[in-house]
Amino acid sequence: MNAPASLMEKDRTTPVKERLVVIGNGMAGCRAVEEVLARDPARFDVTIFGAEPRVNYNRIMLSPVLAGEKAFDDIVINGEDWYADNGITLVSGDPVVAIDRATQTVVAKSGRVEPYDRLLIATGSDPFIIPVPGKDLAGVVTFRDLDDVDKMLAAAETGGSAVVIGGGLLGLEAAHGLSLRGMKVTVVHLMPTLMERQLDEAAGYLLKSELERRGQTIVTGGDTAEIIGKDGHVAGVKLKDGREFAADIVVMAVGIRPATGLAKAAGLEVERGIVVDDHMVTSDPAIMAVGECVQHRGACYGLVAPLWEMCRALADAACEQPSGYEGSVTSTKLKVSGIDLFSAGDFSGGDGAEDIVMRDAARGVYKRVVVKDNKLVGAVLYGDTADGNWYFDLLKKGEDISDIREALIFGQAFASGGALLDPNAAVAALSNDAEICGCNGVSKGKVIETINAGACSLDAVRSTCKASASCGSCTGLVESLLALTLGGEVQSGPKTLCKCTSFSHDDVRRLILEKNLRAIPQVMQELHWTTPDGCSSCRPALNYYLLCAWPGEYEDDQKSRFVNERLHANIQKDGTYSVVPRMWGGLTNPRELRAIADVVEKYNAPMVKVTGGQRLDIFGIKKEDLPAVWADLNAAGMVSGHAYGKSLRTVKTCVGSEWCRFGTQDSTGLGVKLERMTWGSWMPHKFKIAVSGCPRNCAEATIKDFGVVCVDSGYELHVGGNGGIKVRATDVLCKVSTEQEAMDVCAAFIQLYREQAHYLERTAPWIERVGLDHVKAGLFDDPDSVNRLAARFRYSQTFCQDDPWAERAAGKHAELHQHLAEVRPLQVEIA
Amino acid sequence: MMIGDWLDIGSVDQITPGTARTLPVVGADEIAVFRTQKNEFYALVNKCPHKQGPLSQGIVHDNVVTCPLHNWNISLKTGEALGEDKGCVPTVPMRVDAGRMYLLRSAVVGSRAA
Repeated sequence: MNAPASLMEKDRTTPVKERLVVIGNGMAGCRAVEEVLARDPARFDVTIFGAEPRVNYNRIMLSPVLAGEKAFDDIVINGEDWYADNGITLVSGDPVVAIDRATQTVVAKSGRVEPYDRLLIATGSDPFIIPVPGKDLAGVVTFRDLDDVDKMLAAAETGGSAVVIGGGLLGLEAAHGLSLRGMKVTVVHLMPTLMERQLDEAAGYLLKSELERRGQTIVTGGDTAEIIGKDGHVAGVKLKDGREFAADIVVMAVGIRPATGLAKAAGLEVERGIVVDDHMVTSDPAIMAVGECVQHRGACYGLVAPLWEMCRALADAACEQPSGYEGSVTSTKLKVSGIDLFSAGDFSGGDGAEDIVMRDAARGVYKRVVVKDNKLVGAVLYGDTADGNWYFDLLKKGEDISDIREALIFGQAFASGGALLDPNAAVAALSNDAEICGCNGVSKGKVIETINAGACSLDAVRSTCKASASCGSCTGLVESLLALTLGGEVQSGPKTLCKCTSFSHDDVRRLILEKNLRAIPQVMQELHWTTPDGCSSCRPALNYYLLCAWPGEYEDDQKSRFVNERLHANIQKDGTYSVVPRMWGGLTNPRELRAIADVVEKYNAPMVKVTGGQRLDIFGIKKEDLPAVWADLNAAGMVSGHAYGKSLRTVKTCVGSEWCRFGTQDSTGLGVKLERMTWGSWMPHKFKIAVSGCPRNCAEATIKDFGVVCVDSGYELHVGGNGGIKVRATDVLCKVSTEQEAMDVCAAFIQLYREQAHYLERTAPWIERVGLDHVKAGLFDDPDSVNRLAARFRYSQTFCQDDPWAERAAGKHAELHQHLAEVRPLQVEIA
Repeated sequence: MMIGDWLDIGSVDQITPGTARTLPVVGADEIAVFRTQKNEFYALVNKCPHKQGPLSQGIVHDNVVTCPLHNWNISLKTGEALGEDKGCVPTVPMRVDAGRMYLLRSAVVGSRAA
């Protein structure tokens, strides 16, 4: 546009930017601004108005928030620093109420007037409310923004019933979330098939059966007559055929309509949506519009993918390198965990359209592709959506598929005659604008660009362009792109947790917290484990990570425990077990010694041995006898010694100042206190402590995971020692002057190790890997860290210090110890 | 089914999915009875072909058990060691009918690892 002469004058001294005002702080508005900034960061002064009082977040991820799979912080796209860093003024919670085209200003609800050179309308859409009696009752909500989610969560807290009106994408995601939150959910859908705009009847049926199997009630062909109220609050939904469903909350998810009110009032051309040209410009050349509020070549879109393409065209035009938007072919994936569903294009049949269908009932797979004039025009996949991207790509490019038609339904690998069985070749065959990461809207071209710009590892790609950083389902594709782009120069990232996953230990631990994952099957599902139920490496690791992440809430999974931790004893080469009762700090007394002697005789234990950790180890106990042995030891006041666990093993002590002529402090007493504090805790690996009363170090504290060496002036604290295969002497962590400080640092160090080390990594290799400075920084950089870590450790300990032997002796998990039955010649005795 | 050929060893719900229980046989090898997470049932001699570790105490994943002594992976279907390891443990034909588990009687009494 032409700048006024007076401004041209001013340009010579201070450059004046055009003022770009954006109405709408949602995905479309912000993405458009991002695209503009990426092209020319200096062109505009940007002001964004948002009706919601918060920063920009990923609206399509509201479903996982409702389902408890993500927290709000996880779905923020641009935090406050993004606005600040880019000099953007964000006016949130103050919606624009009028556009004055004559003076080129917008007026906000507060009365604020903002002038613009270019205006961008990105007001999105409003949920459609069906005009039935009762629609305004308290407890009738839509599913559009975070406030709606909050209302649903509040309702779910008290349990009860929910009715979701609308069995489309949004309605089913709402129903799934409410169902996971413990509500009894009924979905009322007007049409005979769920998601009829995306699914054909067969796939709709499979989906309905699966949802019913999960406990939802699905009513198709249900026409809502009224919403019944009681005392001003919703109480149920009545259908026209007379059926009634009780409801404590009703979610209206029947559809959306473009939010065009502002544009219409300003006199812009509006039909179903705000009419825009290929450059997203409205009937006023100074005003652009983008997203769900627009109508482009007659079409309105309610999905996220077209939005990326629109924003690209808009930014190109705004920065004077017009490219043009030509409309989108859309595809859909349902975000309901455990249900794989994909649909794209047109599958309604019609003249000249031919169907190719494949079903595999045993695997619950249904695939249908629709071909017209030798081109793929539609695809519906249920149960196996691996080829979704490939079909979608064929569809968008409109390629002639006559050569591969016979094998088309079997997917890309098969259709390419085996040539593409090499996954890299399959990825190479995708076009540059093929979507790689659905969660973050990243195309193949963008990933390659990121790699060429220096991201040489999976981790680097994840942190730079976000591809594969959310759910990980596209990790294989990204790895192929790395291999294709860099050849042999791919830097291998950190080792994966095991062969079942592409994620490293650190990634898994981070994602458990970020995605709020609460159970092993959920981790495997959400992080796309390649095996049905893991392996003997990842199962114990995940069990520990969940236990550490959610103390007191996560229920320990016994089948994911190594035998020793399941039977609370150490398996020996002949299949019998050894039993080590706890002796606090290595101290014992006649009563304990008598009890141990009695057990040895009563159960014919062939050997008793003094261990390196100052305990007595009773060998040769059968698994059936373990509960009785424990009952006898419990009776003498002894509890489990955890000699079998990835846990605190022993605190070894010397006699210290109480007896020793060289002793400087009460090392025995401190050892007993440390053991009382730390026993029962689960850790990444076994953990040994020792306390020596003087630098002669008789308790060998400098080869322990945590060692205390007492000196006249206090306590030297040592960490990371190991007397195993590779002997490693400890590093000095710090020196403290009181027992209490020694205990606090011990608790804090253990918690840091528990939260950060990889499963089966002792403190020695952990410290070698991350560096002593990292450990010191984690403990001491912030003066409050020790207290916070120690508090978390002590909290977790409140759930761990029940003697596991006592509950087994009382009969818990008897099936782990007893035989199923016993077979004698010619007969069987059922136990 | 000939009842006489099959030995009723109890109800399926005595075994938690993803675990195993033991069945000692007087005069022959102890048998481990597995139930996978997918609710498939398998019976094998309770001895790893490597060092005779009790397979019943291993972690079960898919239809594989990992021996608790040295982490050999044994196929529950075939009794064969998987991966680089070589060896095989005898399997016992098993069937489940109306919630009861049955082992082939002749295989139970004759089961003795070579």
